[in-house]
Amino acid sequence: MNFSTDLSLALPELILAGGALVLLVWGAFQSRANMVFSLAAVALLVAAGAAAVLGPMGRGFSGGLVADQASAFAKVAIYAASAIAIPLGQPWFQRRGVNNFEFPILIVLAALGMGMMASAGDLISLYIGVELHSLALYVLAAIHRDNAKASEAGLKYFVLGALSSGLLLYGASLIYGFAGSTHFTVIAQSVEGGANVGVLFGLVFLICGLAFKISAAPFHMWTPDVYEGAPTPVVAFFGAAPKMAAMVLFARVLAEGFGGAAEQWRQILVIIALASVAVGAFAGLAQTNLKRLWAYSSIANIGYAVLGLASGDAAGVQAMLVFMVLYMVDVTGFFACLAALSRDGRPMETISDMAGLFKERPGIALAMSAFALSALGLPPFSGFWAKFYVFKAAIGAGLGVVAVIALVGSVVAAFYYLRLIKVMWFDASAGTTEPPPVEARTIALALALFTFPVVLVALAFIDPLAAAAAAAFGLA
Amino acid sequence: MTGILSLITYAPLLGVAAILALRFVAPSGSPRSAELAKWVALVTTLVTLALSLVMLGQFDRTTADFQFVEDFAWFGGLHYRMGVDGISVLFVVLTAFLMPLCIAASWRSIEHRIEEYLIAFLALETLVIGVFCALDLILFYLFFEFGLAPMFLIIGVWGGKNRVYAAFKFFLYTLLGSVLMLAAVLGMIGITGTSSIPELMTYDFGQEIQIWLWLAFFASFAVKMPMWPVHTWLPDAHVEAPTAGSVILAGVLLKMGGYGFMRFSLPMFPDASAYFTPLVFAMSVIAIVYTSLVAFRQTDIKKLIAYSSVAHMGFVTLGIFSGNAQGEQGAIFQMVSHGLISGALFLCVGVVYDRMHTREIAFYGGLVNRMPWYAAIFLLFTMGNVGLPGTSGFVGEILTMAGAYQASTWAAIVAATGVILSAVYALSLYRRVVFGEITNPALAEIKDLNWREVAIFAPLIIGTLYLGIYPAAVFDITQASVDNLVAVYRAATGG
Repeated sequence: MNFSTDLSLALPELILAGGALVLLVWGAFQSRANMVFSLAAVALLVAAGAAAVLGPMGRGFSGGLVADQASAFAKVAIYAASAIAIPLGQPWFQRRGVNNFEFPILIVLAALGMGMMASAGDLISLYIGVELHSLALYVLAAIHRDNAKASEAGLKYFVLGALSSGLLLYGASLIYGFAGSTHFTVIAQSVEGGANVGVLFGLVFLICGLAFKISAAPFHMWTPDVYEGAPTPVVAFFGAAPKMAAMVLFARVLAEGFGGAAEQWRQILVIIALASVAVGAFAGLAQTNLKRLWAYSSIANIGYAVLGLASGDAAGVQAMLVFMVLYMVDVTGFFACLAALSRDGRPMETISDMAGLFKERPGIALAMSAFALSALGLPPFSGFWAKFYVFKAAIGAGLGVVAVIALVGSVVAAFYYLRLIKVMWFDASAGTTEPPPVEARTIALALALFTFPVVLVALAFIDPLAAAAAAAFGLA
Repeated sequence: MTGILSLITYAPLLGVAAILALRFVAPSGSPRSAELAKWVALVTTLVTLALSLVMLGQFDRTTADFQFVEDFAWFGGLHYRMGVDGISVLFVVLTAFLMPLCIAASWRSIEHRIEEYLIAFLALETLVIGVFCALDLILFYLFFEFGLAPMFLIIGVWGGKNRVYAAFKFFLYTLLGSVLMLAAVLGMIGITGTSSIPELMTYDFGQEIQIWLWLAFFASFAVKMPMWPVHTWLPDAHVEAPTAGSVILAGVLLKMGGYGFMRFSLPMFPDASAYFTPLVFAMSVIAIVYTSLVAFRQTDIKKLIAYSSVAHMGFVTLGIFSGNAQGEQGAIFQMVSHGLISGALFLCVGVVYDRMHTREIAFYGGLVNRMPWYAAIFLLFTMGNVGLPGTSGFVGEILTMAGAYQASTWAAIVAATGVILSAVYALSLYRRVVFGEITNPALAEIKDLNWREVAIFAPLIIGTLYLGIYPAAVFDITQASVDNLVAVYRAATGG
């Protein structure tokens, strides 16, 4: 492998990094964002996505960077979610008098970090990817800097994120110490035929650190606070792309680096999955703020994704990938709905704010109902198919009892999704709402159409792509 | 005729599209738009009925095979597979038959959000017919489960005082049963590698695994049926649902449970079915006796009929798990007959509820003086509910008991007391509502049936009497499939 081949493998990252720097200079001179500026950021993400799919595949930088089917699959999803976040967020901030040109740039930088995570082939690039995207996210959470809640969210996110990075780094250093290498492939050799206690110790820390990033229980505490405080379009972004990146990274570390210790990490993942489903289902029941509610919903959903991973085979990873793609659409769509709604210049964020919404804004109410039913897992919405893949894999891998417990958890969670629908459809109106901004409304409706009926066709394409991506991890 | 099943299934969706398109003719929510929407819905359901009758006419009664089969590959190894046999075809027709009556029954009684109401009903028709036509496990689950959503809205938006509670109870009860079934469905796909129902019907599952799969399916169908002790959602749902919602709930939705037992539990898990037969028999006779007694103590007409539905479904489960031809035939017949009779009884309640806006039994009395036609029709269906010979109710009960007698003498004897109990609660209801002098001044000016209501009852009267006098109309259709089902079941259980 020579240097130019290495660089060609890193083409998506190079496009994003170079582009972000150019945008930064451009923004510094222009000092405020406009449509062209946002479009340029979107174009960068599209170009990077194209490069990820069309570019060469292989391992570069002595194995530190991997470009394969899995990274291409994840990057397309991540860049797409990032690209949606820009038109969703920029006008939203402009209407609130926050006209930071940094917003698109931070999204691009976060996407760069997330792409690194999806392509990480050793512990170093893993850490760089995680930190790069986290730093961008901390700033994004607090970008509405005159808002006390947003600043609080950013600070909380930063402190807890730093803690999780510490755990991650500690685990990585233990693994390096005991396995003698940072490369996943070399670690895999040392784990072959039974990992020693030191490596397992490091692995546990690594899993804890990553569980923080995906907000799986019991490392979920930051999620409701950050979701509640951060600006709604930013949450639409938080809920989707970073979760995908972290899940793919999770899968790659475990599959490529610790395939030999699968029996050990599967146990941990089963516990994390069940704890997440339980916390998400039961704690969600007590919520009145929709952003907090959806934070708990996302905790439960991440539990299902982790359950897919806990199957420990190619079908499980495929299920996790399909799940994450469908889930990303769901969560982005839901927060796009929230971003579209306001009453008397105030965002509508509590469940009671939604009373009678179906009479008031039938389009948004229908879209929100679709996202809620999808998150509930009612067929034929996309959320059902996501769960279908995960549970099929889990039952196929002998996790039948775990799957049944998780399914029962989904019935508990059904209550709060139904309550939202009940409030929107059954109750009397809580007052007139302002006309929804066109971009948020369009995104919400388009994504709602994806949850049903487009998903029934789209799955015919997502299914084989996810299978090919899962095969790249080399699990049985 | 390939494709006719999909046509019947999705025809109501064309009506939905037409109602949505009405906004270009008249502003939505306006009286004119509502009036047009009703006609669109009525015509759509009538066309669906006509299509289903055409399908029934073409149905080959001599074979137990699935007919009008459609099969397209989908994704991930799933198939879009439709088909009917002698067991399912009647339920398709029953659904298509009841739907126009439901639309007509809602003509005046629904006053707000009429377009949405009709859309919910038409969507429900698609989903219910889909359940009976689906020949792929996942497709079946899709229709089965999605049907909850329109019913949730029908109860929750257009229901009575306590509608929210009833809607949640209905949804969550059924969902809990269904997710267990989903786990079993995924397990079966994992074991066999196929989701095709005809293939799974011939697959030989191990005895141990059958027990678990049977229990999971049972959890779903027992709730849907509903069987004692998981029946408590039904009275709530019935009381709060609008009249047409009750008709469709009792007439068709409950039948999904019985259909599920015959389609899945018996042929796919015969050993487990035989193993659990005593349990099912016990639950069935408790349902028959206990809910009949409970029905007797009700003060709300609808609740009384709801409990009587649970009792009648007890006969159905008794017949199904007797595992012989009489029992199965009787169970199917009882389900069809109950679809007509209980539907008609809920319509009878709806008639007086529309006039007086109460369902308290004590409020009424002496209706025969003011409403002779109503009294006559109500009497007919009360007798059908009791199981009077000559009505369709008799045939189903006698056959299920004859079938059960061969399987368990005790169960049949105890169940037979249920016939007496049903006479007790049904006749006392009739006496309290219809006979005597009018004592409540509010009833002094109550009007008899109008032509629209007579037109709604007429097909139900004809159906009840026709099936009561000539039950072979049903048996001819079900014979081949039932014989096949019983033969397979007997062969597998060595009985």
